[in-house]
Amino acid sequence: MTIAIGANGQSGALLRRVEALSGQRLAQCYQCGTCAAGCPFATAMDVLPDRLIRHLLFDMPGVLEREAFWVCVGCELCAQRCPRGIDVPRVMEALRLIALRTRGDQLPVAQITAVALENLPPIALVASLRRQTG
Amino acid sequence: MQLAYYPGCTIKVSAREHERAALAILRELGIALREMPEWNCCGVVHTLTGENLIRQMAPLRVLARLRQQGEREAVTLCDMCFNTLARANHLARTQPDQVSALNATSGGGLDYDGAGEVLHLLHLLRDRVGLAAIRKRVRRPLRDLVVYPYYGCKLLRPTGIGLDDPEMPTLLRDLMESLGATVVEGSLQTQCCGAYLAVDRAGLVTERVGATVEQARDAGAGAIVLSCPLCHFNFATLQPHAGAPLPVLYYTQAIGLAFGLDPAELGLDDRQMEALGRAVPSQALHDLAHARGGSA
Amino acid sequence: MSEPATLVTMELMGKEYRVPSGLTILAAIEYAGYKLVRGVGCRGGFCGACPTLYRREGSHRIFTALACQTLVEDGMCLVQMPFVPVPTKPYDLHGITPQPTTLLRFFPEIAGCVACNTCTRACPQGLPVMDYIQAALRGDIERVAMLSFDCIACGICSSRCPADIKHYAVGLLARRIYGKYLVPPSEDLAVRVSAIEAGRYDAELRKLMELPLADLRARYEQRNFETVAEQHRDHSATQRYNSPMDPVDYQDELEGV
Ligand code: SF4
Ligand code: SF4
Ligand code: SF4
Ligand code: SF4
Ligand code: FES
Repeated sequence: MTIAIGANGQSGALLRRVEALSGQRLAQCYQCGTCAAGCPFATAMDVLPDRLIRHLLFDMPGVLEREAFWVCVGCELCAQRCPRGIDVPRVMEALRLIALRTRGDQLPVAQITAVALENLPPIALVASLRRQTG
Repeated sequence: MQLAYYPGCTIKVSAREHERAALAILRELGIALREMPEWNCCGVVHTLTGENLIRQMAPLRVLARLRQQGEREAVTLCDMCFNTLARANHLARTQPDQVSALNATSGGGLDYDGAGEVLHLLHLLRDRVGLAAIRKRVRRPLRDLVVYPYYGCKLLRPTGIGLDDPEMPTLLRDLMESLGATVVEGSLQTQCCGAYLAVDRAGLVTERVGATVEQARDAGAGAIVLSCPLCHFNFATLQPHAGAPLPVLYYTQAIGLAFGLDPAELGLDDRQMEALGRAVPSQALHDLAHARGGSA
Repeated sequence: MSEPATLVTMELMGKEYRVPSGLTILAAIEYAGYKLVRGVGCRGGFCGACPTLYRREGSHRIFTALACQTLVEDGMCLVQMPFVPVPTKPYDLHGITPQPTTLLRFFPEIAGCVACNTCTRACPQGLPVMDYIQAALRGDIERVAMLSFDCIACGICSSRCPADIKHYAVGLLARRIYGKYLVPPSEDLAVRVSAIEAGRYDAELRKLMELPLADLRARYEQRNFETVAEQHRDHSATQRYNSPMDPVDYQDELEGV
């Protein structure tokens, strides 16, 4: 497989869209890995936040098929700690939004079980729907 | 003192005891809360892109209604509500044109000038009432209670919205110490519990809650004290099953116990009081549980 | 009508018609030559079968109305919505134990409400639709029942909601639960039902049924209402809610007679 790697700052359409939606300049990231090191859910991510940023910068295929940005709950620990001032959860939100707009709901309401619905507080449902449905 | 009160949905569903305890301790402190006569869900999570403006309608509507109801300040008990409302308020102050645009497309109900103020109950207790006044009102110091204060995310982050230092918060520690409790701390106090992942990735929540509970236990804690109804739900229902669960208290309930209020009024039933008593050989708590058993 | 009606132009499903002003939308459609076999029922604003979607000249907005209750306007561009699909998961009312999460269990999509207020603005009954959906989200079944009391299930709200919420079905379930489990039992009702069952009114009813139609109509027109003030009830749940059309208040009907 050949992967075309663009130079920083002039990569593909997805990078531009993510930067526009998130208001972040991803070329600022110097790959220190602080975000991944502190993320409480890193173990459940198929690609760590710093890697995800790299994938976007290099226009790697398959970014939108990743699970990582659905696992991110936007706890903002990484945003608090990033030495380059990158708001990683905004990047994650931008990816979620693009995926929702192009592919539809990540967690269709009909898939939530009756038992879950009886027990969950509204706060969990509202948040989940806001992050995982269009 | 009387203040407008924005409860938020979950306070009315799974966190009623938090509300009961809050109203009870505020009564003791001479403060009355007036629930807003009409309110809507705040939307829980702040939208993180500038483009998704429709997601700002819910929190802005709460703020607009507050002003329409002739109020300036509203108190809330929920960390998520507080965070979302405060951030929408920031949007209204820094980008009023966006609010006007929303208002123009939605029939005029969102006419909001940014002049409202959202207070977390912890603001009120720390900055208006003051910890000294709370200490003075303590009747039954929680002497033998060892607590692990858990902050989670939305009380602290982002800077500028949060109530305390995001990395080294002291707010809950100071509050618990003023009740006479012993405080133990650890690195996971400020880490997210998994929040709404409870809906479709509950395993991750159990893992985070489990790690935090273990850290608390290792430090000698007999209970976890926290503020957010979603954290409470996760800690109370998704704790890994290994022996008896570590009791989870809202800080309002801890204050109420220290004030010597009836546990029933704080939404604590006999089973929870027993669990607390088992975790803590506290004479004061034992007396309370006993007194309640006798009077019931 | 004494003066001859002027003609106005309405555009029905893309075709222009000249119709007399002063007609309801429903009558105007029939005047234009259509025979309505769906999307019409009571013609009195009660059945909810006749929702209209229209635009006006000089506004970009979509407006909604009941065709039987709204006069046709010059420049109206309209279509009838004979049906708004609102399928509901089957439920057995006897098997429900009312809880704060009950409405969410049957209608989880209410958690997606963005509080845009579109439903309230669209409701021809003037109900605070968003507020009853919000009350449903926080499990306040009584409030949902009260605020949605005058809903006629026209479905207009559900056709306009960005969160695809099935408003009137939510309100209906709330009212059913409220009626079955939450409303304080009425002693008077039990007394009256047992009296009916014991046959106390049989003779009176038989007499009424034998009356010629004209007499029956005359009696109907002379009927009396018991007003709220006369009821002297300590508890009337509905009085605590400010629905624009209070279900207990028949005053407007009284003034009409
Ligand atoms: S912490 Fe910031 S600079 Fe470091 S890898 Fe993450 S995004 Fe890049
Ligand atoms: S905001 Fe997302 S990526 Fe960052 S630490 Fe929290 S869960 Fe991990
Ligand atoms: S609430 Fe909805 S269905 Fe009921 S009358 Fe209003 S618009 Fe029609
Ligand atoms: S139209 Fe739908 S999303 Fe908007 S306020 Fe009504 S129920 Fe909520
Ligand atoms: S025909 Fe029944 S409401 Fe219009």
